[in-house]
Amino acid sequence: MATIPQVSARDAVAATPRRVSRSRFSFDRILSPLLLAPSAVAVFLFVYGFIGITVWISLSNWRSAAEDLSLRQPIGDSYQVLFSQSRFQIDLRNTLLFTLIFLLLAVGGGLGLAVLLDRKITGSGFFRSVFLFPYALSFITTGVTWSWIFNPETGVNLLFDAIGLNAVLASFGVEPLKPGWITDGTVAWQLNGAIAAVYPPAADWSLKLGIPVALIPVTIAAAWQLSGFAMAMFLAGLGTIPHEVREAAALDGATDRRLYQDIIVPLLKPIMVSTLIILGHVSLKIFDLIFAMSGKGPGFATDVPGIFVYEMIFRAQRYNIGAAASIVMLVLVCIVIVPYLARQLKEL
Amino acid sequence: MASTALRPSLQAPPPRKKSRLGHYVVMALLILATLFFLAPVYVMVVNGLKDKSYMTLGDMWKLPLYLNGGGFPLAWETLDQNLLASFRIVIPATILSAVIGAVNGYLLSKWKFKGSDVVFTLILFGMFIPYQAILIPMIQTMDFLNLYGRWQGLVLVHVIYGIPITSLIFRNYFANVPNELVEAARIDGAGLVGVFRQIMLPLAAPAFVVVGIFQFTNIWNDFLFGVTVVFDPKQQPVTVALNNLNGTNSVDWTVVMAAAVLAALPTAVVYILLGRFFIRGLLAGSMKG
Repeated sequence: MATIPQVSARDAVAATPRRVSRSRFSFDRILSPLLLAPSAVAVFLFVYGFIGITVWISLSNWRSAAEDLSLRQPIGDSYQVLFSQSRFQIDLRNTLLFTLIFLLLAVGGGLGLAVLLDRKITGSGFFRSVFLFPYALSFITTGVTWSWIFNPETGVNLLFDAIGLNAVLASFGVEPLKPGWITDGTVAWQLNGAIAAVYPPAADWSLKLGIPVALIPVTIAAAWQLSGFAMAMFLAGLGTIPHEVREAAALDGATDRRLYQDIIVPLLKPIMVSTLIILGHVSLKIFDLIFAMSGKGPGFATDVPGIFVYEMIFRAQRYNIGAAASIVMLVLVCIVIVPYLARQLKEL
Repeated sequence: MASTALRPSLQAPPPRKKSRLGHYVVMALLILATLFFLAPVYVMVVNGLKDKSYMTLGDMWKLPLYLNGGGFPLAWETLDQNLLASFRIVIPATILSAVIGAVNGYLLSKWKFKGSDVVFTLILFGMFIPYQAILIPMIQTMDFLNLYGRWQGLVLVHVIYGIPITSLIFRNYFANVPNELVEAARIDGAGLVGVFRQIMLPLAAPAFVVVGIFQFTNIWNDFLFGVTVVFDPKQQPVTVALNNLNGTNSVDWTVVMAAAVLAALPTAVVYILLGRFFIRGLLAGSMKG
């Protein structure tokens, strides 16, 4: 900041008018787009150009090691094949469920932590650092560590023994609680029967509409990693709420609970929307964490489009199907991100 | 509520009731949350330090019996080249993307031209895309440039896909530099380059720190590019090596946990030392600056 007084001295000089060379001025006007051009061109090529090529590949016949970019007939057949694959249907179900549960845990948890820390409790700086720490780690580290915590032979299941829960169950003659977690292939709360009662053809659906049990530990690991981000967003938002708002509420005798419920949390709505969009798009793209923690899972219980694309391209060499699935991912992300970006552009 | 609302507001504001009970409840909840957030860190460190001959998987939550390094020596032996490979990729990629971001951010904030906001928004889109949607053409391009399978290729990819976020952070930072400073320097005869060197760069140190930390963390933690662009297992970044190690049945869990600690250490240290800048980076990434 030592430069500031120096420059204000220049301001004084500026008071005496001196003409800025006009040619120099217009040269700089051209220089600006010229200097930006390399970055812009690189990004346009590597983002929009590559997406265009991927779209073309998704429409092509390229489904083996030998590159074949001829158009597949009928047009869009790969998408037809993709959506009729039961694995990809499962993936879409999983990614939507994962996003819902994860957002609930991470954004809800982040808001809760922010509200707790807003009370200026002793050690709040320490707590804040602890809660945000996982954000600094890679999804791979998180996935590897949590894969051991949710290994049925150890981790969480040992805690059930340690707190004596299983001893209590045993005294009632009940089997000890030992969930399979990421190894459990069951789909809980299936809705197929209920839907079939109203809409009989649903009885033939191969896709089980329910919550795959193995997906729950994965959402917990993801929330562990990212709820600190939500907390940081909400804390930043809380910092912008004028002190008068709190004082006025206190003056009116509002309890802490009502202050947060009726006044502060509603004021955080814009931050909430941004946080949901950012974490929502992260969750639609999720790949590394699940890849490291459980992979496809039993019966594709934790499979997501990110893993599907990776396997189609690098294992099966079904490039057109892999490309099509990646474009579906892109479209899902765009639904969330494009309105957000459009709003940002208006504010610029 | 009704009775408290009737309190005449002209009176001195009631002293905020500091409910002892409420305080304890908040504290208890925070401590519970701390246990949850630290449990995996505890698992990583403690199990990495264990010796398999004395402990079983059933002892996960117990402290090690002896301190003889546990899984760390073997983890180091397995990962040392990958840690080196990660540094070799992350350091040049971080420096390059910071420099490019600084120039772009300066142009986009102080030298706007017709359509520059649209160009900026179109660039920004690049930081949200799922990279799966560019993988095949990206690898073909790396192959064409003779960079496929080489760490230089990975640096290039990280620099290009880092342009949106680094430009964004610098743009928001430079936008807060008063235009009067720029005008004053212009009247002194400084042009576009001169203003950047004389006014912007000397002020930009905090933004460089923020972007540096942000990119260091992002690139260090990358997995998808690392696993697809480089295929020699000894040249791959440490995230890829860690994931491979976890999938190997012949390696026991103490080594995997030690490896997880080693892979996490650089970004963890940066976070612990420079947490303040870290938070600013992630908030800037949310576009609100």
